[in-house]
Amino acid sequence: MVEKSLSITIDNIQFSVVPFTTVAAAVALHGSGGTRRSVKGHRRTALCGMGVCHECRVTIDGRPHGVGCQTLCRDGMSIHTAQ
Amino acid sequence: MTSERYDIVVVGAGPAGLGAVSVALEEGARVALIDDNPRPGGQIWRQGPAFSAATPLQAWLDFYERHAGLTLFSSTRVIAATTDRRLLVESGHASAWHLGYGSLILATGARELLLPFDGWTLPGVTGAGGLQALIKGGLDVEGERIVVAGSGPLLLASAATAMRRGARVVAVIEQAPRARVLRFGAGLIATPSKLVQAATLMRSLTGQRYRTDSVVTAAHGATQVESVTVRSHGFDETIACDRLATGYGLVPNVALGEALGCAAEPQRGVLVDADQRTSVERIFAAGECTGVGGMELSRAEGALAAYAALGVNNARAAEQRRARARWRKFAARLTRAFEPGDAALAWPSADTIFCRCEDVTFADVSVHANWRDAKLQTRCGMGACQGRICGAAAQSLFGWNVPPARTPFSPARIETLMTASLDSPL
Repeated sequence: MVEKSLSITIDNIQFSVVPFTTVAAAVALHGSGGTRRSVKGHRRTALCGMGVCHECRVTIDGRPHGVGCQTLCRDGMSIHTAQ
Repeated sequence: MTSERYDIVVVGAGPAGLGAVSVALEEGARVALIDDNPRPGGQIWRQGPAFSAATPLQAWLDFYERHAGLTLFSSTRVIAATTDRRLLVESGHASAWHLGYGSLILATGARELLLPFDGWTLPGVTGAGGLQALIKGGLDVEGERIVVAGSGPLLLASAATAMRRGARVVAVIEQAPRARVLRFGAGLIATPSKLVQAATLMRSLTGQRYRTDSVVTAAHGATQVESVTVRSHGFDETIACDRLATGYGLVPNVALGEALGCAAEPQRGVLVDADQRTSVERIFAAGECTGVGGMELSRAEGALAAYAALGVNNARAAEQRRARARWRKFAARLTRAFEPGDAALAWPSADTIFCRCEDVTFADVSVHANWRDAKLQTRCGMGACQGRICGAAAQSLFGWNVPPARTPFSPARIETLMTASLDSPL
């Protein structure tokens, strides 16, 4: 099955993902390693995977606090992590 | 601001919510379905790049997704409720509006019970169901060594999903005693479909280690999980891995129900009668928000909630009542078998982060007498998740009573709250 890929940017770096990839998965695939920084500055990544814990929040198209695990990547989307 | 009115509003597009919607549409009702995920299916029928819709979900999508009587609001959260049977909702695409209902059916499901342990904030640690959800969302685990830990059949399901995507599951760590797990396995004879499912999952684990009477007490690593400590019968062993997925079963999502005034208990969930009616008039609840019991039970309860909301009592409703009775017995056996024991509920070290949103340590929280004091003194439970993770942990570890959520139920944009207050005070 050949699928069209979506072109997104993560922390200003161009990246491709297959359709229906979540933002949380895209950030992990990209390998930048983390989504947000905790209050004390520690690196965090997605924990619950289902929109409860909010550890995967990132800035999506300029809007902060997007829940990465509940957002699907769209062509042209820009994602900023707190790394 | 727009305000729309429906005969029935269903919150949650998992098996219970979809079961309710199917019945309501068949009975000719005008239905709105609200779900916080981008696509329907809930957790168990989650779709993704390499995961097409499961058969029951595909059947639902084929028959109902474009039904004229249905309006589907995906990526939409309930932010507040007003007394005149309306919900304030916010969608991922920047808008907020009110939805009015004749009857409301809550099918908000369950979340994982995530108990804090040393190192659980390290990247690479996820929930057990959490890992499965992330893999379905496109997370690549090929070639990774994974430890799955906690309790319940979800560990096997999560391990199977990881292996299907090329991961090496090096151990499955189950806290329940071996005798209880075996008794649960033997009891599956009463539900042949579950027996087949369990046998398939266990067979896929051949060569892996499924260990009972064991818990993960710590995750280690500099910037990422590199190993975990497993404690069995008082002995510790270190297992090297790239990822740890751990969850101690499920807890009902009662926040919305409680906030609407429905009577609820932490483990039993939103309390319902034989017609899935809550303690509040015209509000029904179905599925795992009324007690954890699996997909089949949820579907039956969802259908019954819709029948009751529409005042229909026919042969099909009777059939659903029989299904519900059968699956409730299965749910009771499941709960008995995998109830967290002392080792699972053992306290973590003083320095363990207890509240991940506010970085509050276990030591700082555990000196307080109750949830309210802990919140006021430490900000525990006051971050983005609103205590949904650490509140459940506090309930399990300290026996604290965690009071209902207040408006707004989810983090909301200021525009949404302004819109609400222009229309009617919250």
